[in-house]
Amino acid sequence: MRLSFGQLAARIGFSALAATIGILFALPLIWFIFAPFNARAELGVSIPDPWTLQNFLTVFGNGFAMRGLLNSLIQSVGGVILVAAAATLAAYALSRSSIPGKGLVTYVLLLFSSVVSGTAAMVPIFLIISSVGLMDTHIAVILVFAGGLLPTAMFILRDFIDGIPRTYEESAMVAGASPVQAFFDVALPVIRPGIVVVVVWAFVNIWGSFLIPFILLRSDDLMPSSVAIYSFYSEAGTPIVTLLAAYSLIYSLPVIVLYLFVSWKFGFRFFGGIKA
Amino acid sequence: MKKRGFSLLSHRAGALFLAPAAALVGVFVLLPFFWVIFVSFTNRTLLGKTALSPDFVGLGNYFALFDPATFFTRGQFGFSLILTTQFVLLSALVGQALLGLLLAWLMQTIPPALKRIVEAAVIAAWILPEVVIGFAWFAFLDYDHGTLNAILTGLGLPRGDFLLQQPFWVIVVFNTWRGAAFSMMLFNSAFSSIPPSYFQAADVAGASSWQKFRDIGLPLIRGHVVTDLILITMWTFNVFTPFVLTNGGPSYRTELLSIYNYRIAFREFEFGKGAAVGVIIMLINLAFALIYLSVGRRKAKAVEQ
Repeated sequence: MRLSFGQLAARIGFSALAATIGILFALPLIWFIFAPFNARAELGVSIPDPWTLQNFLTVFGNGFAMRGLLNSLIQSVGGVILVAAAATLAAYALSRSSIPGKGLVTYVLLLFSSVVSGTAAMVPIFLIISSVGLMDTHIAVILVFAGGLLPTAMFILRDFIDGIPRTYEESAMVAGASPVQAFFDVALPVIRPGIVVVVVWAFVNIWGSFLIPFILLRSDDLMPSSVAIYSFYSEAGTPIVTLLAAYSLIYSLPVIVLYLFVSWKFGFRFFGGIKA
Repeated sequence: MKKRGFSLLSHRAGALFLAPAAALVGVFVLLPFFWVIFVSFTNRTLLGKTALSPDFVGLGNYFALFDPATFFTRGQFGFSLILTTQFVLLSALVGQALLGLLLAWLMQTIPPALKRIVEAAVIAAWILPEVVIGFAWFAFLDYDHGTLNAILTGLGLPRGDFLLQQPFWVIVVFNTWRGAAFSMMLFNSAFSSIPPSYFQAADVAGASSWQKFRDIGLPLIRGHVVTDLILITMWTFNVFTPFVLTNGGPSYRTELLSIYNYRIAFREFEFGKGAAVGVIIMLINLAFALIYLSVGRRKAKAVEQ
């Protein structure tokens, strides 16, 4: 296609504008590319001289920080398993059974999941958790995350299951399978891509979250990375920049890897619509 | 939806499949909603006598929040409410939505390689953990060494200690930066669902990009715009992330409603009053959610017809 001069100029102008916005978005993050590898890093951006892994070695030697990563992993994996399992079963039931009031259930869930969120929900959740004696435990954090993420996870999966023809399970049942067998052996493998999306989404949400563990946990040895990261501040409240930079990078790594995985496998859009 | 002759799951199996999710959602989503209303009518605290046997105080907590003598004072409920309203208007409705729209429109024409790089930067701002982002901005804005001040100096402009001087504008820009990715992706997929022939016909007629945007692009994604505005309003209204950057300060100048609620309930341990704030937040959420659902329903009906 041949472009007129005006169109060409417009194209170049658009590209320049997009590139400028991209640079503005990247600016606050550029620091993270250099500081972790600089043993004398400060708050300013500077090219490391020499490049070093010293900061990472110090972080690996810090028991509390490493414990934080492990705790993040425990809480994220626990929450993800609970969310994925409960959401898959529930979404399947909402899609395939004829329980009366299904529409109403969906409507109420949608409503409440967006109403009961953030700090406002933390006051009663704190009181509920403390009245059942689960304060300051992994399981409390896992359960609260699971409850909060489930409604959205159920919608994603219900949409997904509604899109799968019933004939798969019907033919299995004609061949003599029980409904439960039809679910586990026929439907589940077909739903798997949808479950992967929910797993990734829930993991990223829990892994990065700060407020819920911050409120529900007190012991140092249960804190996930999002809270443990504050151990890299000195008594006076000033950050120990070198360690913070290295730890931030390690802590962000799973999110970056999952993002690359999702964009490679599904493209951007899938990730786009579903962050709560 | 069509009714089928038989369903694949019996009622009993269906109920069994639903049970785990119902229990979790019931205890951690539905129950808190009613519990918070109940607590808001008491003077419950963390410690002391009122921790175990709180008194019923009626609407006392609400009267305290809406006390005209202190309503607009910094660090009080009214101040936070107004601050949050301004924050939502500026950072979500103006910042995120307009920037997202602009980015999505640019994405339609720029070369794919550039598109991928710009998208990666915008999305990185959105998906990285909030404490990491908070620290990145803390470093970025630092008075002595921060990247922003280094750039300003390079351009011959005066330095600024923005977190102290303009904390509100900092969190507005911060939240715009943090959340623009969602609007961009939503509008991006909306634009790509428009048949390319519409734009080709406009090209033949010699339309400029602005004319195509105004007369074809924008009218056709109107529904998506409404969805986007309601969703980002709800999220921004409840967002807690600015806390990791400013802690609500200096002197309450960035204390959004969510942060105010946190301080009352979990720093000063006045659960009754904190619950009352929570109830008001949830009522506002409810209003937005009802609007959202009614818009969604109308759309679903329009599709059916």
